[in-house]
Amino acid sequence: MEGQEKLLEIHHLHKDYGNGAVLKDVSLDIHKGEVLVLIGPSGCGKSTFLRCMNGLEQIQSGEIRLDGEVITDPKTKWSEVRQKIGMVFQSYELFPHMTVINNILLGPLKVQKKEKKEAEKEAEQLLERVGLLDKKDAYPRQLSGGQKQRVAIVRALIMKPEILLFDEVTAALDPEMVREVLDVMLELAKEGSTMVIVTHEMQFARAVADRIVFLDGGEVVEMAAPEQFFTQPETERAKRFLDTLSFE
Amino acid sequence: MQDLGIRVLFMGNNFIRLLGGLWITVKISLISVGLSIVFGLLLGMIMTLKNPIVKCLTKIYLEFIRIMPQLVLLFLVYFGATKSFGLQLSGEVSAVIVFTMWGTAEMGDLVRGALISIPKHQYESGAALGLESRQIYRYIIVPQTLRRLLPLAINLATRMVKTTSLIVLIGVVEVLKVAQQIIEANRYTVPDSALWIYGCVFFLYFIVCWPVSRLAVRMEKKWEN
Ligand SMILES: Nc1ncnc2c1ncn2[C@@H]1O[C@H](COP(=O)(O)OP(=O)(O)O)[C@@H](O)[C@H]1O
Ligand SMILES: [Mg+2]
Repeated sequence: MEGQEKLLEIHHLHKDYGNGAVLKDVSLDIHKGEVLVLIGPSGCGKSTFLRCMNGLEQIQSGEIRLDGEVITDPKTKWSEVRQKIGMVFQSYELFPHMTVINNILLGPLKVQKKEKKEAEKEAEQLLERVGLLDKKDAYPRQLSGGQKQRVAIVRALIMKPEILLFDEVTAALDPEMVREVLDVMLELAKEGSTMVIVTHEMQFARAVADRIVFLDGGEVVEMAAPEQFFTQPETERAKRFLDTLSFE
Repeated sequence: MQDLGIRVLFMGNNFIRLLGGLWITVKISLISVGLSIVFGLLLGMIMTLKNPIVKCLTKIYLEFIRIMPQLVLLFLVYFGATKSFGLQLSGEVSAVIVFTMWGTAEMGDLVRGALISIPKHQYESGAALGLESRQIYRYIIVPQTLRRLLPLAINLATRMVKTTSLIVLIGVVEVLKVAQQIIEANRYTVPDSALWIYGCVFFLYFIVCWPVSRLAVRMEKKWEN
């Protein structure tokens, strides 16, 4: 990754919800085309970290830069920044009153003011890719959890973001649906998309990541290549965390 | 002589008079429901504010209106306002005031409920797409709120139409009062007219309320999700 263009730079990020620090001095660079997987125990601040990156949470101090420009500024136009930073959440957050296609088209039509025909064609191509073209006119309630998450990914993708954030997108799914969603993300990684992924699927993390970031207690405790991290973690905390995930 | 009763309905201008009474009912209901929707939307939005004073005041208002029987409110406004403030409110105006106060309270509570029932992640996933706050409300929050609200609001409206029958008691000549007058006038000639006349009143209420509640059912079916 050395020498490659930095897409997102996070410097000394502090986040506090008002009852103690949740993120303590987190610094991290994400390079173009990199897949960063964020792991750590529940409550360690992973979601908070992602939410700070697209302005859903206010930070107390520190700085985030996107393409070299500071985005943690009171003057930040978040609606512009968010078009470049796509996000998919854990809960199925499609808009229930809209069909699949209208969910997907909302951003391109209302935010990017694209032409309807053109946007629709793109949406159909993306749906085709995730195997859901036949669900185009269905309502979210008619879809399975895995299908909803794939639509949510398409809805983020169609904005052509520079980076995609995934917050435990398979955590609420039935086990048999996890794979279909992970496959889409693996596919995106292969194409060179820049992604930050929070997940509890360790095999997937190992397969998809260029770099693993281990977060614990709001701090970056360890940062390493996946092979390195999973076979020879350097810190005691990372070892303990990995131990809790295995049954031996 | 079984058919005598129904003939009363068509004697003179009786049926027209009943329709006239129905119009008073419908007019008072329409104005009250219309005002209640406007004020109720405002009240409902105010009720979602976190301010404790606002919360307390709206709560008191809501409880007061709910605890008081509508009839007591009607007397309070109609006789009370006249006696205490020397305001000469007509029965119809008093009725509109009372039903609007009541409708606003109920409607406000429905609006509040519908607004807070929209999960937070609906706002957030809109924001994450780059939508502005205004657009999030327009395309995501308001449509979902209306879908939840409409059947409930229509139900409230039909309840309001039915409750207007109370205004007989403050001297407004609405459909029920006209019916009574017709029955009284024919008490000796056609003693069994009551069944027919009240039956007709029942039917008139029905044709006002039924389409409205059908509409509510259809919307609910169409929008269920
Ligand atoms: N909106 C909030 N208000 C207050 N505390 C919060 C809020 N969101 C998260 N927290 C707290 O911040 C910490 C980190 O939460 P989170 O980022 O969701 O962790 P993770 O995603 O790693 O499980 C937790 O202790 C959680 O209780
Ligand atoms: Mg989380």
